[in-house]
Amino acid sequence: MGEQKISYYKNSDLSSVKLATKDLKARFGKLQVLKGINLNFPENRVTAIMGPSGCGKTTLIRCLNRIHELTPGAKVEGEVILDGVNIYSPQVDPVSIRRRIGMVFQKANPFPTMSIYDNAVAGLKLAGVRNKEILDNLAEKSLRMAFLWDEVKDILKKPGTNLSGGQQQRLCIARALAVEPEIILMDEPCSALDPIATAKIEESIASLKKEFTIVIVTHNLQQAARVSDYTAFMYLGQLIEFGDTKDIFEYPNNSLTEKYITGEFG
Amino acid sequence: MRFRLLRGDTILTIALAAAALFVIGVVVALAVELFSGSSASIFKFGPGFLIGSKWQPSNNVFGALPYVYGTLLTSAIAILLGFPISLGIAIFISEKLKSHQTFGYGLGTVVDLLAAVPSVIYGLWGVFVLIPFLKDYVEKPLNKSIGFISLFSGHPFGYDFFTAGVILAIMIIPTMSAVTRDVLNVVPNSQREAMYSLGATDWEVTQKSVLPYARSGIFGAFILGLGRAFGETMAVTMVIGNIPSISSSLFSPGATLSSIIANQFGESSGLFQAALIELGLILFFVALLINGLARLLLWRMTRGTQVKA
Amino acid sequence: MEPKLKLKKDMLTTEYSLPTGISFWRKIVNKLMTVLVIIAVILAIIPLILILGDVIIKGAPALSIGFLTHLQKPPNVSGGGIANAIVGTFTMVGIAALISVPIGIGAGVFFSEWSSSKISTVSGFMNDVLTGFPSIVLGLFVFVIIVYPTKQFSAFAGGVALSFVMLPIIARTTGESLKLVPTTLREASMALGIPRWKTVLRVVISNGKNGLLTGILLSVARATGETAPILLTASTSIYFAKSIFQPTASLTVLIYNYATSPYASWQTQAWGAALVLILIMLGLNLLVKLTIGRNVAGKRMDI
Repeated sequence: MGEQKISYYKNSDLSSVKLATKDLKARFGKLQVLKGINLNFPENRVTAIMGPSGCGKTTLIRCLNRIHELTPGAKVEGEVILDGVNIYSPQVDPVSIRRRIGMVFQKANPFPTMSIYDNAVAGLKLAGVRNKEILDNLAEKSLRMAFLWDEVKDILKKPGTNLSGGQQQRLCIARALAVEPEIILMDEPCSALDPIATAKIEESIASLKKEFTIVIVTHNLQQAARVSDYTAFMYLGQLIEFGDTKDIFEYPNNSLTEKYITGEFG
Repeated sequence: MRFRLLRGDTILTIALAAAALFVIGVVVALAVELFSGSSASIFKFGPGFLIGSKWQPSNNVFGALPYVYGTLLTSAIAILLGFPISLGIAIFISEKLKSHQTFGYGLGTVVDLLAAVPSVIYGLWGVFVLIPFLKDYVEKPLNKSIGFISLFSGHPFGYDFFTAGVILAIMIIPTMSAVTRDVLNVVPNSQREAMYSLGATDWEVTQKSVLPYARSGIFGAFILGLGRAFGETMAVTMVIGNIPSISSSLFSPGATLSSIIANQFGESSGLFQAALIELGLILFFVALLINGLARLLLWRMTRGTQVKA
Repeated sequence: MEPKLKLKKDMLTTEYSLPTGISFWRKIVNKLMTVLVIIAVILAIIPLILILGDVIIKGAPALSIGFLTHLQKPPNVSGGGIANAIVGTFTMVGIAALISVPIGIGAGVFFSEWSSSKISTVSGFMNDVLTGFPSIVLGLFVFVIIVYPTKQFSAFAGGVALSFVMLPIIARTTGESLKLVPTTLREASMALGIPRWKTVLRVVISNGKNGLLTGILLSVARATGETAPILLTASTSIYFAKSIFQPTASLTVLIYNYATSPYASWQTQAWGAALVLILIMLGLNLLVKLTIGRNVAGKRMDI
């Protein structure tokens, strides 16, 4: 198996580390899915995690906001450090972490019993925001940031499921943005969408990174190359290589990475 | 050769179709025969039977109102007590026991055991155990302390609407909780995860994403429980006192449509018997309506997504 | 850390900061709901324990070989038993099974194999509605069509009434079990030239026979515990019925009569009979669990 080589940041990149994993291990029952991941996610940048099916990238991202442990039989070891605090330490309440680290899922999952507006503000209402004016404003803001506002501004009261697949996914993005997380995790958000919808979402990601730190799991190499600043390549539960996206794609250090990028396996 | 095969197929199809049609026939025949059996009473009292409040076999005066009232009241008590408990059980098993599947399955089986106990044994237990208990520890104290409220007024001696309602509640809990449990299990996990990732507590996930998603199924379970409460006979007849009354007190003896039939049918004849059968006719239509409604709701919720319990 | 909301200049002019963490109130509600839900479970289990416990404790003293083999006796005479009641119950359930099993399986097979037919949809719906119908209405029905014209309460009428209780359960279980049999089996059989009727009878039914058995057992268990339908049709008797066209005693009606009587000895016997009944039903339910259990394809069959 290749050496674990982690690139350091280019000198010109002044961003700090927002989120880091330290020897992160995860398993489902007896199956060890993550075998000790050390990864740094730079602030206000887009980091892509790529690798073949079964490499553990989805499990990794679900460990970052403590969703993995909700599955019966799932166990996590190691640390995930957000702004210097290990989110897995016993004093930390997972509920508050999930507010600060939001997630967009592979298949759009808007709440079918809620309207578009209610979907967008669902998280805000949870947090206790009641003021109608503030809710309206934040709904508009997050829908704009998800590049969905113009398409839904006249139909805010309609059910969330009335939209097309791509629109639903953007609604889910807006829903995640509304609570103002610091990090947004995206688990293959475009895998079920057509190219036009995908393009719209990639466009929004480019603008979102100004305010958020983004981690995106993708099996689409071109997408990783298009949207991300940094890329991590995983294989069989281990981190094989991490670095500047351009470097990874043009001059990969590890032969395994190279094989994956050139499509020898996938 | 082909002719022989076709014959076999045709015979089977006709025989089986006949069996299926038989089911429809039973329901139709039920209505027809109940009409015919109660015709004397229908002719004599007309639609006024439904709102007639007098029931005097000796004077050949009959009215269904006390029994409609009793059925509604006892069912209301049963639902009020039983539905929240059923919902709680379903939520506990379906949401809280996710990581302990076998324990959840075992607990569900135990609750289902309640459904296997025959109605008459509930009645037996009701007469000798529940009534003394409720009379001394619930009814009399309530009557003494807040008896000025008409609900709790009167002279409680155990055989009343309240006891019937409590026993009914126990009896419908297994049905409602089992169906609700199945319905909650159908809710996709992605819905829960979406709510969790917005920063919700366990209860908030249940309250805001699971329950709304499952609401038509839950309503179906509710209606199904209501239907069972309407139709229960033996346990009710043994604890309700079987005195036609339209009292506002929970502690007054009363009767339901089914309980009075069980209680008085043996000694009835002529117009009296026809009146009792007409009560059965009313029960038939009520049960048809409610069961039909419940099935429709559950069909919609579970058939769309081949349910896996 | 308080994330401050920075908006574009054309929206809000004031700053607003969202609450961080979760409020104390939300944590309390969460814990409270867990407690309430556990209380609900306890509240439901308590009656079950009490009822089964009482039946065992109060019924055991009445049990003896004599109890199971002697006829009923007046309250002040010792040595009374429930033999005729046991025989009566078995007789009527037997008659009911003879009627409802063939028709029920037939209807169930139709539901499964001709599921697209309109008859199937209507009949299936009616069948579901009939499941769990108030059984006293079924008793009235059989009274009107059999007892009244013949001026005779009878075990036969009681059996017919019970058959209407059993029929919908058998039909439903059969239908659902057979729907589970993979279509490929049917197709393979027909592709070999085996006619449809043979396919259904040999291939489909034998593959689904577990489900069929479960349905029959479930419905037998249900019928054994029924009182109202046989109260109105078979009435009761203190003797063994000499033919099925005579009234007969049954366990459930006996419990009803003895429990509501003023005699202590009869009341004890009621508990004893209840224990016998529970043991029979427990046995039946155990048999059900040993075949496949209450769920067929994840759908409940006993409601």
